[in-house]
Amino acid sequence: MITVKNISKSFGDKLVLDDISLSFRRGMTNLVIGESGSGKTVLMKICTGLVEPDAGEVLFNDIRFSNRSEDIRVDIRKDMGVLFQGGALFDSMNVEQNVMFPLNMFTNMSYKEKLERVNFCLNRVNLNNINKLMTNELSGGMMKRVAIARAIANSPKYLFCDEPNSGLDPVTSEIIDALILEITEEYNITTVINTHDMNSVMMIGQSINFLYKGQLWWQGNSSNILHTDNEELNNFIFSTELTKRLKNNK
Amino acid sequence: MLKTIGDYFILIGQTFQRPPKFSIFRRQLMHEFYNLGVSSFGIVSILSVFVGAVAAILVAYNTDNPMFPEELIGFSTRQMVILEFSPTIISIILAGKLGSQIASELGTMRVTQQIDALQVMGINTANYLILPKIIACLLFMPVLIVFSIALGLIGGWAACLLTNIITPYNYILGLRSWFDPFSVYFALIKTEVFAFLISSIAGFIGYNVKGGSVEVGKASTKGVVHSSILIIIFDLILTQTLLT
Ligand SMILES: Nc1ncnc2c1ncn2[C@@H]1O[C@H](COP(=O)(O)OP(=O)(O)OP(=O)(O)O)[C@@H](O)[C@H]1O
Ligand SMILES: [Mg+2]
Repeated sequence: MITVKNISKSFGDKLVLDDISLSFRRGMTNLVIGESGSGKTVLMKICTGLVEPDAGEVLFNDIRFSNRSEDIRVDIRKDMGVLFQGGALFDSMNVEQNVMFPLNMFTNMSYKEKLERVNFCLNRVNLNNINKLMTNELSGGMMKRVAIARAIANSPKYLFCDEPNSGLDPVTSEIIDALILEITEEYNITTVINTHDMNSVMMIGQSINFLYKGQLWWQGNSSNILHTDNEELNNFIFSTELTKRLKNNK
Repeated sequence: MLKTIGDYFILIGQTFQRPPKFSIFRRQLMHEFYNLGVSSFGIVSILSVFVGAVAAILVAYNTDNPMFPEELIGFSTRQMVILEFSPTIISIILAGKLGSQIASELGTMRVTQQIDALQVMGINTANYLILPKIIACLLFMPVLIVFSIALGLIGGWAACLLTNIITPYNYILGLRSWFDPFSVYFALIKTEVFAFLISSIAGFIGYNVKGGSVEVGKASTKGVVHSSILIIIFDLILTQTLLT
């Protein structure tokens, strides 16, 4: 479990996160939703230690992670997989080397064992026989999937995904959502997902945190989100023409 | 300004730590040898031959007087090539090539979050990314400079052969007179300092890029400009302290 306690963060005089407290539960897909600029990425960067909070702390299974030296954090980091908004694959390496990278760095497996694990993970994200392709030879959806394979290669306990299906077509994004949900439940991972895609919210919203103007505005799940009378959340959910029409027809 | 210098030394501190896995470090180093070192032989060869030839012709032109012995041309060409042309001019050229290469490679990794991806895995990114580049430059640049000295002297010889300012025999006689090995040590000391300046400054600038592809372009230019300026400044300092 990941506990976020009273986190605040400003850039200059702009308050981006205002006293956020919440927890991300194990074996579940925990969503953070909110419009562009609401602070989802900043919150994830604080959880992964790329940005330090001005106040508050993040705990991983009750061990404090924020504002500590890298030597102490390394133990938690080894259990962490992160899927970045743009994939962040290493462009000097091919697909196989990318997925193998965490294994090279942190395990003493033999090459044969590592290759087996790499192929297992790639197979898991429905990619086969692309081991030797360079990252610039992949489509956007393939990149995302390779990045997921890299994130799960070293069997993480915590998985962070920043907009895993932004910029993908609806079919591919559903495949990716389903995949993340499946992996989360199968390996009992604490998964945190930033998204503003309502389809994902409905499909994998086992626990939903809505950020609005830097504050935690609403918490719930996919079964009660459509019945809320929270005005800002309703505006967010029914922001597109399609959803508005569906709602009015109902 | 002071903060930048402070940040630079902090980054150097993070860079110079024992790599956690030596096998990975060795692989990175080999890659950088090729990437930064071997690929520079072409440009260094061409420049050195021509600079050596020009040096010989210039000296000949300025000593065209029976008062000077003909060996002076070979001697002066040698001194110019060893003391200044190869270590300094070639290093500035290399600052252009290696500096922009290092700064843009790291800058791109930064803006595409590849460095973040390494950091969240718990890797000391400065150590992993910058150390192999600095070590590769420290080990490879002296080789390039010695090679450049040799080609520069051959360039001077070729100039004598083709223009008959003096006979190649007298040129070689000049090359071999009044030789002080310290001049070669001096060239190598300068090269090591310059190699460190180029790789660490370009590394620092590329590593700290913020923004997008425009900033990567700017960083690459900045890497070249800053390391070139510092090379000239340190050239003066080292020449003053070591030669007088
Ligand atoms: N390093 C930074 N320096 C200054 N301001 C920043 C920085 N990082 C984020 N911000 C600001 O914080 C706010 C929240 O940004 P964030 O990236 O978290 O939004 P987001 O919810 O992830 O949006 P999106 O859905 O578009 O990805 C923005 O207004 C942004 O300008
Ligand atoms: Mg974001």
